[in-house]
Amino acid sequence: GEREREEHPWLEGKEKFVTALVLYKLKTLSTTKQYRRRRRRRKRESTTIKKMFRNQYDTDVTTWSPTGRLFQVEYAMEAVKQGSAAIGLRSRSHVVLACVNKAQSELSSHQKKIFKVDDHIGVAIAGLTADGRVLSRYMRSESINHSFTYESPLPVGRLVVHLADKAQVCTQRSWKRPYGVGLLVGGLDESGAHLYYNCPSGNYFEYQAFAIGSRSQAAKTYLERRFESFGDSSREDLIKDAILAVRETLQGETLKSSLCTVSILGVGEPFHFLDQETIQNVIDTFEKVAEEEEGEAGEGEGEGEGEAEAAAAAAAPAEQGGSGDQDVAPMEM
Amino acid sequence: GSSVRGEKQKRTSDREEATLALRTRSFCGCFIEKMTFTIPIENGNGNGVKNAEADSQRTLYPYVTGTSVVAIKYKDGILMASDMGGSYGSTLRYKNIERMKAIGKHSLLGASGEISDFQEILRYLDELVLNDNMWDDGNSLGPKEVHNYLTRVMYNRRNKFNPLWNTLVLGGVKNGDKYLGMVSMIGVSFEDNHVAAGFGNHLARPILRDEWREDLSFEDGVKLLEKC
Repeated sequence: GEREREEHPWLEGKEKFVTALVLYKLKTLSTTKQYRRRRRRRKRESTTIKKMFRNQYDTDVTTWSPTGRLFQVEYAMEAVKQGSAAIGLRSRSHVVLACVNKAQSELSSHQKKIFKVDDHIGVAIAGLTADGRVLSRYMRSESINHSFTYESPLPVGRLVVHLADKAQVCTQRSWKRPYGVGLLVGGLDESGAHLYYNCPSGNYFEYQAFAIGSRSQAAKTYLERRFESFGDSSREDLIKDAILAVRETLQGETLKSSLCTVSILGVGEPFHFLDQETIQNVIDTFEKVAEEEEGEAGEGEGEGEGEAEAAAAAAAPAEQGGSGDQDVAPMEM
Repeated sequence: GSSVRGEKQKRTSDREEATLALRTRSFCGCFIEKMTFTIPIENGNGNGVKNAEADSQRTLYPYVTGTSVVAIKYKDGILMASDMGGSYGSTLRYKNIERMKAIGKHSLLGASGEISDFQEILRYLDELVLNDNMWDDGNSLGPKEVHNYLTRVMYNRRNKFNPLWNTLVLGGVKNGDKYLGMVSMIGVSFEDNHVAAGFGNHLARPILRDEWREDLSFEDGVKLLEKC
């Protein structure tokens, strides 16, 4: 348009180039159905027979792109973003893992996304839950072998490295594919409590607090404002923060204890899940503050509750309760 | 119970037998106790050559041996004592062998029995400690982990009828916690406040049972060990 031409005089006479650039940029963002349909129409227009996918370097995990990227690995990380949210946070002595549990339909039960690996290690997954299950089994096996040989708990930092190395193998074999699951591994060590995030790429990072999966950005924003205080948090505060972070990902939906799973482990406290009652009690403590209706979980009226996170709340319109089936990613079935 | 057998086995038509012999001599030098372990190996066509080869690779009896190791817990940690001799039968052949070694940052390992097997164990532990250090992550192998690892090694070798002919004494302190344990050549392992290997079990432990206390000072501990 006129404004662009003013701002960027070099664009003069370069409309075709700009269009191509814009379309290329769109390619690298997530595709919508409409866009895909439009692209397919353009494809039919073009006379050359090209591959179906958006890049010609993305068929194989063992093919580099000219810009030095492995697209298959990046696509695997996209799969993690499609899964439902998982959140982890830690203090000096405890680690809390929480996740959103949406059942496929009202008839079915929800998928298990948090696994106990050992008394001192737990893992929350997002992405292809089948892959996550297989990796959890591997972690359990490593942990128990170490326990058997040394009668001592496997340090979580070492387990995470084993896991990362296993994931890396899948990025360097043409007959394999990367695991499509991100793992939040929380555990105890000689040096205290730790939280790690394992990527399909084979990288791992240590975090004070992190969230993965769909709509995890809202939770991450919440955690970013609070993480400095987590180190000295009490156990109860940590649980509350975890559930509040889960609520952020729900973005307006009613927060019920049936929707989230919370687990905790810490010094002197082996890994275990919190039961629905405990979770509901925690929810009640902060929902009650805001809502006029007492005893009921707040009915979606936006995020105007009395807690300080009101400012960071997404501007999502109020939704009446009920589980959103559209939010369950296909690979989580 | 013990049965005396000659070195050459009489071969029956359809069974081969493998023998393990244990011989120990006391300081008096005239007491010999011989125990024999026999296991039948079912072998359809009595393949003598094959088994002889396999037998020659098993540990049948020790050659250069060390004798007792005695260890006690005292107020601030562990005290361990042993002599420095390596006997070749009844001859004190090597007089300057260290039969105790430090393992990692936290443990002490003492051994009686075959010296070469002890050196093999030290090689295994070297590798273990090296890998542990390579992690460089603030975690370190404590005495409990080393003891358990050794128990697994000894027991697995025993199961293959090819034992490492040692009795190991493992002691250490980590994060203020004292640990003292023992593993025998057949994989028997336990922890106690005072342990011994070899003849120390028969001569030293009765003394320790009477005179050991929880809060021994360093000097008293050393005196007690010297008495043993």
